[in-house]
Amino acid sequence: MAKMFLSGNEAFAYGIRLARPQVISAYPITPQTIVVEKLSEMVEDGSLKSEFIHVESEHSALSCAIGASSVGARAFTATSSQGLLYMAECLTYASGGRFPIVMMNANRSTALPWNIYGDQRDSLSQIDCGWIQAYAENAQEALDLALMSYYIAEHKAVSTPFMANLDGFVLTHTYEVVDVPTAEQADAFLPKFETENKLDLNNPRNLAFSAGPEHNTAFKYKEHIGLLNAKKAVDEAEEKFTEIFGRRYTGLTESYRTEDADYILITLGSIAGLVRETVDRLRKQGKKVGLLRIRYMRPFPNEEIAEAVKNAKAAAVLEKDISFGNEGTVYTNVNSALHKSNVNVPTSNYIGGLGGKNISADDIEKIFDELSEERAKVQFIGIGGDGK
Amino acid sequence: MSVNAKTLNEDEFFYGHKACAGCGGSLAVRIALKVLGERSVAVLPAGCMSAVGFNFPQLCFGNNAIISTFAGTASMLTGVEAGLRAQGITDFHAVGFAGDGGTADIGLQALSGAIDRNDDILYICYDNEAYMNTGIQKSSLTPFGAKTTTTPAGKNIRGNLRPKKNMFEIVAAHGIPYAATASVGYLNDFMQKVEKAAKIKGTKYIHIIAPCPTGWGIATDETVEIAKEVVDCGLWYLAEFENGEYKLNYQPKEFTDIESYLKKQSRFRHLTDEDIETIKRSRDAKWDAIHNNFKIN
Repeated sequence: MAKMFLSGNEAFAYGIRLARPQVISAYPITPQTIVVEKLSEMVEDGSLKSEFIHVESEHSALSCAIGASSVGARAFTATSSQGLLYMAECLTYASGGRFPIVMMNANRSTALPWNIYGDQRDSLSQIDCGWIQAYAENAQEALDLALMSYYIAEHKAVSTPFMANLDGFVLTHTYEVVDVPTAEQADAFLPKFETENKLDLNNPRNLAFSAGPEHNTAFKYKEHIGLLNAKKAVDEAEEKFTEIFGRRYTGLTESYRTEDADYILITLGSIAGLVRETVDRLRKQGKKVGLLRIRYMRPFPNEEIAEAVKNAKAAAVLEKDISFGNEGTVYTNVNSALHKSNVNVPTSNYIGGLGGKNISADDIEKIFDELSEERAKVQFIGIGGDGK
Repeated sequence: MSVNAKTLNEDEFFYGHKACAGCGGSLAVRIALKVLGERSVAVLPAGCMSAVGFNFPQLCFGNNAIISTFAGTASMLTGVEAGLRAQGITDFHAVGFAGDGGTADIGLQALSGAIDRNDDILYICYDNEAYMNTGIQKSSLTPFGAKTTTTPAGKNIRGNLRPKKNMFEIVAAHGIPYAATASVGYLNDFMQKVEKAAKIKGTKYIHIIAPCPTGWGIATDETVEIAKEVVDCGLWYLAEFENGEYKLNYQPKEFTDIESYLKKQSRFRHLTDEDIETIKRSRDAKWDAIHNNFKIN
């Protein structure tokens, strides 16, 4: 294990190098570019033995990765924002074909208006495409996710593609000290990719076929079960990860001081760091507040959320996303989780950080303050501009 | 010795499918796979051949085969080739079969990317001159004058107003190692081109005219005959591009009658004398260019 000073993108690239993908196909887009540049350098200097394919679009990036995965090769791609939307057709293709590809997505706003900064509307708009979706908080978690993503995606009971999300710029471009495991450690953790779901020259197969009304539901049901099984695979991966690397992760969510909390803020991604600090500050003032960080949006942590929130007086969801005409996508999912477990705790939704707008500690403190009051259910933080 | 009808592999790799009677595309796929053999990995986009061959649980390819996205034939081929090579496997053919729409329209970008990278793949375009799988809509390879469901022939507009895009020369302009044109009317020529392409490293492209009786308005037993006639009347030609040079493979001694070729097909039956004159002039201009730019055997 070596300590290195790395950005989120670089940390993810180091994690990918440890996972030894056999094919990498990627197209550049801000703020993802550094991860593919870094991987290109690693291929050039010989420290990563991988076929690096310079595709001409994101659609081809994922289509190529699917082709590689369909013959049993471990494949990686990375994208962001418009690139994710451009390849959207291939997202359901990869998941429906049960090809365990890993993709890093640098969370970025989607046009219009054009904006290169971070919010999570890109990945959350694709929540239903059948991929595992994880959200990293910091560079260390990004690297660790890169390594764990293949373990989870390729798990026999899962066989589902994995989208690891890093907040654009705030995480992708921010430097932190990161523990980089050795190749020996990584090899001890991650088994070689073995699958029967592949085109095999010694045992020819037809894949990615049509299935009419009679068989279609069965395929979709199995796909659903595969994604649900990812929950156990996450636990298994994290347990083995702790054994080898020492670092501990907590499954689909991470609870921070929620046990006795009256007011809980639920969020995801890099903003959780600031929320944690704010929780500590407010706790010192005697306020019983807590943070629930969603680490995985799919499979969705229904039970974990209900368990963490059930004794609170109120909970808020803070997300960098809006499903226009309704509310934040995370909020919809959280309310569904609570309702199914008969948890009758009032909730509200804060939409912030759109197009890279800063969310301050004061903003977070204000959310906690407002939780004790009766408020509009869905509110935007810091609208500014002409939106007043 | 080159492959021919007598030496062709007797194994079948594409059978039991639901293609219409007289389908030119399925003939091209069947013959190409016989030449390439069982260690072929075929990639077929959404389109006629995937629609007729991959209906679970009736899967009709005896070799490895997979459907790609409509636009993704070439990019998926790239991944298949790279994925196998990365595992140390080298004795295989990555072959794509896409129609005219999947090649010249929605799949052109990915194909261009693959040729640019010189990926070691063989891309075969079976050209039936319209989107036949969705019910005969115009593609950029639909010829001038042809009636399709989106270019109806009426009083105001007489079918498709634009000439056929020249995919062969577009592909050649990339500096591709090997490109060829073919027709299911001249199967020996096609087989030999597939065999030759299979031995060349890098990207290979073969464009084969494959009539669709349903879309062209011909009888189901006229496919091969009409595919021969399109070459004989000079509206299609058999050629290769290799080492930066165009080569004509077959020069008809005298062109057969264009009007007779056109009027056999219901898609052209509405054409006026003036339209037919336009088609003749465009044929003659093309052959002038061929004589100026192609090596003639």
